[in-house]
Amino acid sequence: MSIKRLSPEELLALDRFAVDEGNPHILVDKAICARCAERPCLVVCPARCYQMKDDQMHFEYAGCLECGTCRVMCADKGVTQWNYPRATFGVTYRES
Amino acid sequence: MAEEDFDAIVVGAGPAGSACAYTLAKAGKNVLLLERGDSAGAKNVSGGRLYTYALELVEPGLTRRAPLQRRIVREQIMLLSEGQATTIDHQEYGRPAQSYSVIRATLDEWFAGEVEAQGASVVPGMRVDGLLEENGRIVGIKVGEDEMRAGIVVAADGVNSLLGQQAGLFPDVPGRAVGVGVKETIELPSAVINQRFGVGDGEGAARVAIGCTEGISGGGFLYTNQDSISLGIVFNPEQAARNGRQIQEIFQDFKLHPAIAALIEGGTSREYGAHLVPEIGLHGVPGRLYRDGLLVVGDAAQFGINTGMIIRGMDLALVSGLAAARAILQDGDPGPAYMAQLEELMLLPNLRAYAEFHGIFGISRIFKEYPDLANEALRFLFNVDGQVPPPMLKQLNAIVKSKVSYGQLAKDAWKGYRSV
Repeated sequence: MSIKRLSPEELLALDRFAVDEGNPHILVDKAICARCAERPCLVVCPARCYQMKDDQMHFEYAGCLECGTCRVMCADKGVTQWNYPRATFGVTYRES
Repeated sequence: MAEEDFDAIVVGAGPAGSACAYTLAKAGKNVLLLERGDSAGAKNVSGGRLYTYALELVEPGLTRRAPLQRRIVREQIMLLSEGQATTIDHQEYGRPAQSYSVIRATLDEWFAGEVEAQGASVVPGMRVDGLLEENGRIVGIKVGEDEMRAGIVVAADGVNSLLGQQAGLFPDVPGRAVGVGVKETIELPSAVINQRFGVGDGEGAARVAIGCTEGISGGGFLYTNQDSISLGIVFNPEQAARNGRQIQEIFQDFKLHPAIAALIEGGTSREYGAHLVPEIGLHGVPGRLYRDGLLVVGDAAQFGINTGMIIRGMDLALVSGLAAARAILQDGDPGPAYMAQLEELMLLPNLRAYAEFHGIFGISRIFKEYPDLANEALRFLFNVDGQVPPPMLKQLNAIVKSKVSYGQLAKDAWKGYRSV
């Protein structure tokens, strides 16, 4: 296989996740995000969990890499709760 | 006062937590080491290089037992521009190894096993939800509805240290104090790595790169593992946000730069990881690293050194874990004893020695204009096309002026001088 550009989705597909269905470890208040002028999360989240769709913030916790960048960078505190996934859930690294 | 379940509870089985738990258990203490990943290392990402003096401090001979990847014998610095690269390659032949590339899933799991072998209880798959506090003293931890008590709690819970924050020791870490690192692990046959990097079996290269971040403060890294390459970039998240382009896109550009692509060609991407890194050294370390019943170690204490050429975190984590354990084993108040141990084991003096180094990264032109300048100058100096070349000094002067004014150059030189 040769080296090629990987999209965020392809990058995340390399990893192993156990998703805690219906129980997000990070909570996002879309109303706050709607008013946020900066939205650094759209750029700095390495997993691209934060995306704008139809002028609305969409947050997908399933591919979260648990790095904490959104917690640190969230400008208007639309991230209302940040925790790690419950035990046994989330990403599991084997080769990093 | 309720009875204690353990002499010490250590939260987080990274290098800091395991070094602490290992030392305590070896001294006969009843220790519980908790880890939120399914196994130690399962939640961890590092660039991946460990300076092994720190393992030897924890216990002489530990380095020989550790599952290390390659002994780093080549130190390389790369200046990247579009379509150009300049690589500085340093090697001291016969020098004893100071560092090894590592894969955390392997390294941390091994170390947690060593901790268990010393008699500690090691429990992975357990997320600590909070601290137990009584009369102003931390007396244990909470896991769901369960409570566990200990004479002391050691927060080795990583760069986001929710426990340290809950204890009121420090607020959220600010964006300017951290870097966000992304990394791909790319599988390649060991023989191919040997050949491409000019190293023998068990030997490896470490490479840092500037000029690959669209001018954002930060840089690329590459470490050779046994049969894979760790390739990544660390970005200043505030500047990345202002830059506006998604960081994984910039990372993929770096990966496909001809100078990098040639090194990983034929490889298979195996994993993608991301992690925050303490970036500003001493100035990022919270003023208080302990309170009654609690010590904060490793990334949680924001221990890190980045000179652009040397990037240290895991060694400082190991040393701080050892410092905490020694403090706990002494008679008297562990908090001040921990700080004294951080001095004695030379962790804080090391941080002080590099205290102003992060100022270098305030020179924004380091990340684009200067690598471009170097590449343009070398391109000119190596160019032979049959035409009569312009006078050398005049042309070099023109190249410098196309990237930076002499006023800026003087300012940056002064800033660089003041930082080191």
